[in-house]
Amino acid sequence: MAAVRSVFRVRGLLQHCLYRNSASFAVRNVHAGSNKIPRQGRQMSSQTLDLEEDKPQFPGSRSEFTKKLEFITPDVYNGIPVYRVLDRQGKIIEADQDPKLSKEAVYDMYHKMTLLNTMDRILYESQRQGRISFYMTNYGEEATHMGSAAALNPGDIVFGQYREAGVLMYRGFTLDQFMNQCYGNAEDAGRGRQMPVHYGSKDLNFVTISSPLGTQMPQASGAAYALKRSGKRLCVICYFGDGAASEGDAHAAFNFAATLECPIIFFCRNNGYAISTPTSEQYRGDGIAARGPSYGMATLRVDGNDAFAVYNAVKAARELAVNENRPVLIEAMTYRIGHHSTSDDSTAYRSVDEVNYWDKQDHPIGRLRHYMVNQGWWDMEKEKAWMKQARNEVMQAFQRAEKKKKPPPSELFYDTYKEMPPHLQQQREQMRTHVAQYPENYPLDNFEKDRD
Amino acid sequence: MAVCGVLLRCGRLSRPLSGRTAALGALLSASGRREASALSYVPETAPSDFGETTKMNLFQSINSAMDVALASDPTAVIFGEDVAFGGVFRCTVGLADKYGKDRVFNTPLCEQGIAGFGIGMAVMGATAIAEIQFADYIFPAFDQIVNEAAKYRYRSGNLFDCGRLTMRAPCGAVGHGALYHSQSPEAFFAHVPGIKVVIPRGPIQAKGLLLACIKDDNPCIFLEPKILYRAAVEHVPVGDYTLPLTSAEVVVEGKDVTMVAWGTQVQVLREVCNMAQEKLGVSCELIDLRTIMPWDSETVIKSVNKTGRLLVAHEAPLTGGFAAEIASTVQSECFLHLEAPVERVCGYDTPFPHIFEPFYMPDKWRCFEAIKKIINY
Repeated sequence: MAAVRSVFRVRGLLQHCLYRNSASFAVRNVHAGSNKIPRQGRQMSSQTLDLEEDKPQFPGSRSEFTKKLEFITPDVYNGIPVYRVLDRQGKIIEADQDPKLSKEAVYDMYHKMTLLNTMDRILYESQRQGRISFYMTNYGEEATHMGSAAALNPGDIVFGQYREAGVLMYRGFTLDQFMNQCYGNAEDAGRGRQMPVHYGSKDLNFVTISSPLGTQMPQASGAAYALKRSGKRLCVICYFGDGAASEGDAHAAFNFAATLECPIIFFCRNNGYAISTPTSEQYRGDGIAARGPSYGMATLRVDGNDAFAVYNAVKAARELAVNENRPVLIEAMTYRIGHHSTSDDSTAYRSVDEVNYWDKQDHPIGRLRHYMVNQGWWDMEKEKAWMKQARNEVMQAFQRAEKKKKPPPSELFYDTYKEMPPHLQQQREQMRTHVAQYPENYPLDNFEKDRD
Repeated sequence: MAVCGVLLRCGRLSRPLSGRTAALGALLSASGRREASALSYVPETAPSDFGETTKMNLFQSINSAMDVALASDPTAVIFGEDVAFGGVFRCTVGLADKYGKDRVFNTPLCEQGIAGFGIGMAVMGATAIAEIQFADYIFPAFDQIVNEAAKYRYRSGNLFDCGRLTMRAPCGAVGHGALYHSQSPEAFFAHVPGIKVVIPRGPIQAKGLLLACIKDDNPCIFLEPKILYRAAVEHVPVGDYTLPLTSAEVVVEGKDVTMVAWGTQVQVLREVCNMAQEKLGVSCELIDLRTIMPWDSETVIKSVNKTGRLLVAHEAPLTGGFAAEIASTVQSECFLHLEAPVERVCGYDTPFPHIFEPFYMPDKWRCFEAIKKIINY
């Protein structure tokens, strides 16, 4: 068949290009031979020009010569396959891929996936009711969060995009902490400065989210380099979406991580959409995974709705990153069941049928639940009881957060610089004087009083 | 004080520039006579309590600062394009050999990557010294600087910050740099709350200010006037010292007119001071702003309250340049003390031209003419 032939064609191509004669790729030392020309000057490379064999000598690439004019076309192969462990009915497909997680570990994952889902529903509603200004749900991507977080060391640094709340929840961010940030109240660790869902936690090694897309990626490479120099056997994981992967910062991140040998896992959540833009309008190649090898990175594509596959993938990636100080790219294929945010109505650009398929028939929570039921660890009664408890916990945290006041208005001036420079001190005084003169125009009742 | 007179304006950097400009250099060597607009660099003396000194030019003093930083701080690293072999302006010569390839290293050719990578290192608490090859090429990094570095501490409620980041870039006119090797982008960054922008006027200043930036717990942009790299030579302290940020310095005391500038322009205005004294009997007070943001308005206001007259000069284009900010603040704070409107002598509102550079620059004659205008108002 065409598919088989093309696979062999690729293998042939690869063999021809890379592995045909392994001896020809050995790096030669400088010899005193008339046909061997050492590199000039301060070249760091140890490769020499070797004119005995008729091979390309270019510093940029030394593959093989070919007499054939043959473009490599993007469809030369079928696409990087999708690694999975659990089938849609929650059964382990290959026994040797079973991560053999304990009942407690799987419970932990399942509870947090469902708690996240519950929190998402309530906070989405709260935005609709005007209680918080904005929200983004994580529907359909819960396995990408929990599977990956479970495979990491708590000391590993997380750089996220904005749809990774489950990673924070897995690590122990409380419902109160989530809600405080969404409400921007006086207990928000972020001091009320950012829109909802822009979480951050120093204790949990989760760098604060920022709105610009992809900017976290080269930062993550730099953080990984610093980690490597520190000698701690830790890595960085950097989450980003299929859309963010188009940003120049993504290219920069991959290239820097590979050339500078950084212990980092790049985790792409390919959920099919960047707001309304489907992947067919985001890229023409074989997704994000195909880009990995071209940067020199070990790469894996995984079923993002399969918590165990994600777990195995991240665990293996972590070993590579930490033991060999190299970047690894994981592309987790999944589906964004919810709207992009509370400012989006996705019925404007996709069919309800498509969404329902993923929600009802191919949901990551459902798949893990099937597994738990198959193991005899879970049943409908436990499900009902747990969902009721989860909802209560979320509602109580919600009510607590809503009642709290916002931080003192002067907080708007702090932390611009580490110290407050004279011009900001002056501006803060101007603000306070003005508000003291016209208090009725400002929502002072909702805010704590300024300290001095 | 010995005057170290060196022709600058009509000279070209004798060191070959990077690949991007090698062709440019070849063209220039074939061109004919250029108009001479000579500038003398007046070397200064370091305070004696800074210890033993040695003769250094600007790039050597910057090299010395980074040497001190890497010696005293094991987390400190230097990275950017071509820094490993010593850098296109020789600022990093010898440092890779001394401190190792993991601490002084090349990055791929990608300014947004350099900035982002530096921010990430700083977030982890490492001292990151990033080099951008020319300030003209800093713009791909603008998003990382403006939206990320400047806002890191604020947006996280002080949970995270990238204060350990310093970005260095050569800036300013060099005689033949044209649009893309001559820019002074300080005004763009002055408009971004959360970063510091610093420009030295010479080697002693550069080493102390750069060390201050490296040690400062806020992300800093350090712009180095490239024309001074070889031409500015002073006896620079060999040890570790810092000069204060957000502290303007009165370089020449006077009583009739206040003049404010930074970088190379301070040298230009030194000559204008002499011209004003000799030809007009006017005593000028010259202030080097040093830190563009946050700037030391107190020193400038105090001076203008004394003199009643202000001239600000910079190479960057007039409109939206930093002189506008200074003029606006001064008219607000010194209104009743002003004897004349604030004068700005700047580059024209065009891209930086090649062959027309002598006409474009805010040279000493344009500045002198502005002094006459202020005095005779």
